Amino acid sequence: MANVVYSLLPVCAFFVYQYGLSAAASILVVTASCLLAERFFVRTGTQAGSLSDYSATITGLLLALTLPPGFPLWMGAVAGVAAIALGKALFGGIGFNVFNPALVGRAFVQAAFPAAIATYTPSFLPNRFSEFIPSTLAWPLMAPADTAAWLKAMQYDALASASPLARWKFEGFVTPAWDLITSLAGHMAVGPSPLLILVCGAYLALRRFMDWRIPVAVLGSAGLSALVIYAAFGTKYPDPFFMLFSGGMVLGAVYMATDMATSPVTPRGMWLYGALIGVLTVVIRYYSGLPEGVMYAILIGNAATPLIERITQPTPFGKGLSIRARRSASYTMHPDYISREEAAAKTPTKRFLKNKPKKK
Amino acid sequence: MSDLSQARTFDEFMEGIWRQNPVFVMVLGMCPTLAVTVSAVNAVSMGLATMFVLVCSCGLVSLMRNIVPKEVRIATYIVIIATFVTVVDYVIQAVSLAVYDALGAFIQLIVVNCIILGRAEAHASKHPPLVAMVNALGMSLGFVIGLLALGAVREVLGAGTLFGFSLFGADFQPWVVMVLPPGGFIVLGAWLLLFSALKRRQEARLAAQGGGHGA
Repeated sequence: MANVVYSLLPVCAFFVYQYGLSAAASILVVTASCLLAERFFVRTGTQAGSLSDYSATITGLLLALTLPPGFPLWMGAVAGVAAIALGKALFGGIGFNVFNPALVGRAFVQAAFPAAIATYTPSFLPNRFSEFIPSTLAWPLMAPADTAAWLKAMQYDALASASPLARWKFEGFVTPAWDLITSLAGHMAVGPSPLLILVCGAYLALRRFMDWRIPVAVLGSAGLSALVIYAAFGTKYPDPFFMLFSGGMVLGAVYMATDMATSPVTPRGMWLYGALIGVLTVVIRYYSGLPEGVMYAILIGNAATPLIERITQPTPFGKGLSIRARRSASYTMHPDYISREEAAAKTPTKRFLKNKPKKK
Repeated sequence: MSDLSQARTFDEFMEGIWRQNPVFVMVLGMCPTLAVTVSAVNAVSMGLATMFVLVCSCGLVSLMRNIVPKEVRIATYIVIIATFVTVVDYVIQAVSLAVYDALGAFIQLIVVNCIILGRAEAHASKHPPLVAMVNALGMSLGFVIGLLALGAVREVLGAGTLFGFSLFGADFQPWVVMVLPPGGFIVLGAWLLLFSALKRRQEARLAAQGGGHGA
């Protein structure tokens, strides 16, 4: 999975270019905490995996990219540990996790520190490479410094530090789609550029490290449902491009929803899974109190994955249409995995063997 | 003989605190365990209320164990337990209205706490009153310890205080999730994990010792 890390490096570099020192520190600390937690659980537990499979690195990088750049470093470390401990080690390590670990970590800190995780800062601040955002350097367990006051001292209004989704949700302002796609316009609280993420994702899809169906299904169904709602009640809701390129939509579709352990393996299941995530994201964004819905949509999609796999089992070649394939496990097992039944099973003693094994 | 019976009584007492701890080993009484352990004070008062009900009802059940017909024994236990719960309910209301409001319906729900009914059925109905009460005291102490373990962690992380005393000063950043229901599940899971890891390690050590003696 080293290739996923390589493909994430340009995205991380762009994130650092946007937000400077704080983003770099956040990426380093979150990834380090993920790696340390992974090391601890692999060492003490009985689970498979090692740091060299890069899965914890990917979790850390993705988690850092979903957090605001000025997120206090100690909270980032908590998120990293929660991601690996609750999201991965609890289920038995690599390949056994039900939910995407990075999103579990993010959901944990979203529930624990709702104020800090909603505090964004404008991108491309002039002094971003010379000083930290003050909330980054909060003491462990202590509340972060007031970012709004710091921005006010630098002559930015509160509007600049709201993310485009929050601005639309609470003020009805729709950011132009081109600004969102490149993320190059200053004074806007956005994540890394969706265009760059799509290019990096295309590299992964072309090299077959990732299935192209899931991101296409997620973005397609989100765009279509946003288009339908836009066509029906045009003035009340933003255009589909805003839906597609704001918030964590592209990052979630390309890197989070495609996590191999937590997404379906059947081709039809992938389409269904992606469509579910896309529609849920639109529903959560438009009809709930939260500005962003990608995280919960993907977590719900992960939870539905076993069910989706069960109802989309392909028919083996040569079997009739009415006969469904029966498979005991629809996901690949770790080669060393022995189920509880197998471990406890005894070889039945056959009394009347034709070729009796000779006793020595 | 008195030495032997003393050792047995002590064993009965310690059973509930460690080997059969109601929260960490038997995983009984999860409803109050998860719901009222937002703060250490709530946890301890809930534990003490349960302790009173458990000890008194086990004593009474044990006294009546030869009189009550088998067919109606559960109904009898419920009546006995409900009596003591009513006593506790009024006493807490009279002593501290704040604690009463914080614990809410969970005081009345002690009636259906599995620990109490389970102890009455499994232990008190088969043992003489003193043994039953000693065992009940140990069990409820184990319950208090379990609740306190949860409540202390949740209060320290969720509010930065312990028994109402501030630990980290005014600047503390509370972990909102810890005072919400998910925090209860996460902390309980962490404690269960710790206890089972300790148990496994102890068993491995005992097995290693036994093997050493055998060889």
